[in-house]
Amino acid sequence: MSGSRLTRRSLIGAAALLGLGGSRVLAQGFAGLGRDAEGFTAVLPGRALTFPADHGPHPDYRIEWWYLTANLTDASGNAYGAQWTLFRQAMASGAQGDGWATPQIWMGHAAVTSATTHHAAETFARGGVGQAGVTAAPFRAWIDAWEMRGLENFDDMSVAPLDLSASSAEFSYRLRLDALQPLVLQGDNGYSRKSERGQASYYYSQPYFTARGALIVDGKEIAVTGRAWMDREYSSQPLASDQTGWDWFSLHLPENEKLMLFRLRQKDGAHYFAGNWITDGKSEQLAPGAIDMAPTVMTEIAGRRIPTSWKVSIASRGLQIATSPLNSKSWMATSFPYWEGPVSFTGSHSGTGYLEMTGY
Amino acid sequence: MRRALWILAVLLSHWRRHPMQFATLLIGLIAATALWSGVQALNQQARTSYDRAAAAFGGTRTPMLVAGNGSAFAQQLFVDLRRAGWPVSPVVEGRVQIAGRSVRLLGIEPVTMPVEASAAAETGRTGAQAFLTPPGQALIAPETLASLGLTEGATPALNDGALLPPLKLQPQLAPGVLVVDIGIAQKLLKMPDQISRLLIGSAKGPRASLESVARDRLRLVQPDAETDLERLTDSFHLNLTAFGLLSFFVGLFIVNSAIGLGFEQRLPMLRTLRACGVSARQLNSVLVLELVSIALIAGVIGLVCGYFIAASLLPDVAASLRGLYGAQIPGQLTLKPEWWFAGLAISIIGALLAATSSLLKAVRLPLLATAQPYAWQQAQHRWLRLQGTGALLVFLAAGLALWLGDSLIAGFFVLAALLLGAALALPVILGIVLAGGERSTRRPLVTWFWADSRLQLSGLSLALMALLLALAVNVGVGTMVESFSRTFTGWLDGRLASEIYLNAASEAQAIEIKTWLKTRPDVQAVLPGSRTDIQFNGAPIELLGFADHATYRDQWPLLDSTSDAWDRVRSGDGALISEQLALRMKLKPGDRLDVPTPTGNWPLDVVAVYADYGNPKGQIGVNIDALVKHFPDISQTRMGLRVAPANVPALITAIRARFGLDGRNLADQTTVKTESLAIFNRTFAVTAALNAFTLGVAGVALLTSLLTLSNSRLPQLAPLWAIGITRRRLAGIELLKTLSVALITSLLALPLGLLVAWCLIAIVNVKAFGWRLPFHVFPLQLVQLLGVAMLASLLAALLPILKLLRMQPATLVKVFANER
Repeated sequence: MSGSRLTRRSLIGAAALLGLGGSRVLAQGFAGLGRDAEGFTAVLPGRALTFPADHGPHPDYRIEWWYLTANLTDASGNAYGAQWTLFRQAMASGAQGDGWATPQIWMGHAAVTSATTHHAAETFARGGVGQAGVTAAPFRAWIDAWEMRGLENFDDMSVAPLDLSASSAEFSYRLRLDALQPLVLQGDNGYSRKSERGQASYYYSQPYFTARGALIVDGKEIAVTGRAWMDREYSSQPLASDQTGWDWFSLHLPENEKLMLFRLRQKDGAHYFAGNWITDGKSEQLAPGAIDMAPTVMTEIAGRRIPTSWKVSIASRGLQIATSPLNSKSWMATSFPYWEGPVSFTGSHSGTGYLEMTGY
Repeated sequence: MRRALWILAVLLSHWRRHPMQFATLLIGLIAATALWSGVQALNQQARTSYDRAAAAFGGTRTPMLVAGNGSAFAQQLFVDLRRAGWPVSPVVEGRVQIAGRSVRLLGIEPVTMPVEASAAAETGRTGAQAFLTPPGQALIAPETLASLGLTEGATPALNDGALLPPLKLQPQLAPGVLVVDIGIAQKLLKMPDQISRLLIGSAKGPRASLESVARDRLRLVQPDAETDLERLTDSFHLNLTAFGLLSFFVGLFIVNSAIGLGFEQRLPMLRTLRACGVSARQLNSVLVLELVSIALIAGVIGLVCGYFIAASLLPDVAASLRGLYGAQIPGQLTLKPEWWFAGLAISIIGALLAATSSLLKAVRLPLLATAQPYAWQQAQHRWLRLQGTGALLVFLAAGLALWLGDSLIAGFFVLAALLLGAALALPVILGIVLAGGERSTRRPLVTWFWADSRLQLSGLSLALMALLLALAVNVGVGTMVESFSRTFTGWLDGRLASEIYLNAASEAQAIEIKTWLKTRPDVQAVLPGSRTDIQFNGAPIELLGFADHATYRDQWPLLDSTSDAWDRVRSGDGALISEQLALRMKLKPGDRLDVPTPTGNWPLDVVAVYADYGNPKGQIGVNIDALVKHFPDISQTRMGLRVAPANVPALITAIRARFGLDGRNLADQTTVKTESLAIFNRTFAVTAALNAFTLGVAGVALLTSLLTLSNSRLPQLAPLWAIGITRRRLAGIELLKTLSVALITSLLALPLGLLVAWCLIAIVNVKAFGWRLPFHVFPLQLVQLLGVAMLASLLAALLPILKLLRMQPATLVKVFANER
């Protein structure tokens, strides 16, 4: 069970939809992301991302996501986290078809985390009929009643301002996101390598959102403000077949610096590391050897042992921090479960961010 | 313990000496258990398959949203509701034709399908890849696959030429349904962007009000514990259950008399045992133990027989249910463990029930009791009065139910009350008749004849009641079936007005045939006809297109119509509807229907109601041109020909020779009628079979009662013999007595049977099938039944009479000496 299926950002549920499971997953990596990209457009270095076009869907690539995490606080300083994710997965390459014949499946995940509670919800949709989808201009991403929508004076380069909402039986939230700085490209100008063997994705982020709005948790409305981070990524085969899962950080450092880093776990124990250091809108790729991350505390959740606290150091940048979760039980009990929640860190730098861990 | 075993051995020794009696007891218990559990097995089988149908893809077990008028609605409403927070999943439904057979096609959306609705069919979140991606899959139950003569993986063509996705076996699926992805279904049904209903998942969460999203276009339908099919077929199962119960009780009559006889014969033995110091309680415990053991053995045999009864009736039951309601029941009997336990329990409970009076007698057994005929008669008198009061009360209840009730259950209640009341009243009436006979004569032997008959009543009354019930039900059902048959035949004459019916192999051939027919002087008229199945308000409905022609105006019998009915039909906005559809949907001339068609909803005014006996589906008759306009792809290959009867054979031969149509596609009126009648007859095959069973069981009940009596009444006969009446004369008197009470009972059964028939026709039929029949009485049939009843009584009386005839005078002397 553990260690054998994993991937970044849980494409998981969609794979559950497609009936993948058990031994096939072992052979092909977590949730089918390690499968052959036959028929889909390959991710190659050197492609320039263009906006607003790339805010919209790329149906000729197998998978894609619009991913937003927010670190929030209420008036008395209590910390909260909010997550909003829309995944797209193509069931088949080639002709897109009309209406129900569209071979696209959409999956939405939403969650709200506090120090004592964690609520998650998921929903699914077929493409082509309007239940879920994304349009680049005007920018709108939606599934059922959940929505991420560009507001008046929307700027393609900063992906702001946005209105973000999601709701379930236990929680709902509505946030307004603003950003003064433009989005940043991850990896090498948006080309994010996932293994030594050519697996990669196109990846850009907007880490500079400020957020304000309200959460309703268990019937109680809480006014919040804070920071948010959007990840956009699409690919046809982001994982190598022997990669089983990953540990992913998005951190708001002091002085408006941002750090994205991840570790792709491989069966042979030789993990693949990558990350970007973002200063003043400039995104610099970190050398894989410069990243050192190691679990310090393991938490038992849903019968699995999950590393919820970490030591992270990047010597070249003088960073040496220890992260701890706001709520170590930030377990996404979705069709394919994973851990995702707000974290805070201290050490050479201090601040907050988000951690996602899959494949445990 | 040891003592109990000894007592048991003594008691059992009786059966060793009277194997015939033991056999009777066993037969009674076996018959009761077998018929009851056989019927239960059939019902259970049917229910299981209804459940399968209901649970799959939110048949009626899931709350749903449907259009106000039951027709299809725009898919955009699905999207709007999802966007407003409603956890809904779309379903599109319709009927398609595969090789001329109509099959229900269900289009589902597995990604949003509520888990609770898809769980039954396991098509939900797993295995969806092959289902969703081209070429997709058509899920099909094994039974449907077999009945279509196809194999898994085949891609059969529909009648309009469209190909189904490869067939995939899905054992949990209900028979008669094909399940495909909603996109494929919309294409096959020619319902682009249309959906039939929305299933509502159980997910909670904030959602906008239904009105704010869909205004008044959709309404919420709460899940129903009972499925549509269950509701439709309820009457049929109730009918089966009623017969099962009747047989069960008649079987118990046998058990009762067998136990009664055994007890009567073992009286001296019981007395001796008591005299030897066995306590009454111990004796009774052993008696009960004995009974339970026998009931267990008989129960097991009865269950096996019940299984075979069910298995042999299942094809007919399945055919009836398919014919009457379109319900698909698998032909293979599967039984749950509960069935076996219930069967054994019913056998034991039945045996104890039947033995109650004997056991009570054993409890109160005086050590030195002798026959006390006069006291017995006094007790009987009181008992009769009580029973008569009971009968009156039951009749009163029947009258109330008839007056107040409106449902099928009320109808059956009236029936049951009528039968029960009649059964209770029977001994009272017989007593009055016999007392009248006694008063009408002064001759000693005749007086004794009447008086002794009355004395015999209480012993015989249960068996006579069984005979009365069996006969009455026979008369009732027979009259109903015969009424139906006659009405049906007359109605067929009106509906099958064309002399020749043909169905061309293709539309091109149909045109060719029509052109050719115009050159034939012997063809008076060509009447094109067309039909298609639609799914309306969750039920299949047949749309029938017919030409505007005097044949229909003159011959089609209408039950109720507006004055301009035929003109409105011709203009294309008027529809004739069948009686069952009118009853089911509470429609009458002047009401409006919105029929979903590939070209949009079709508003139709109901202009007339017509009888459509034997059709499981509701039917709507419309002008053929209007039908073709709304269903552009409808097959137009059927036609009826008006021809002088003398020219029919020659024309058929000519058409056959020229166009190569075979018997399935070319038939004359007589053939079609014969086939229709055959289908109809099959529908009542089960009823007839159970009917015969019941009468047979009633005969056995009479036999065992008479055997019991003949033994216990020897003390009454012995004195007669002693005063010089020969055994032959005595036997004659006995026979005459039995036959006369049987005759009185049978005569009473006739009016009761007619009353039952009236209930069946005027209440049960209308509620159950949706059609009303005129009531006919068939005197010949009544006389026949009377004959059968008398024959059965004669046969039943013969054995005890022969015994009496052959009885050694010494035995009679002994009885006379011992019992007096």
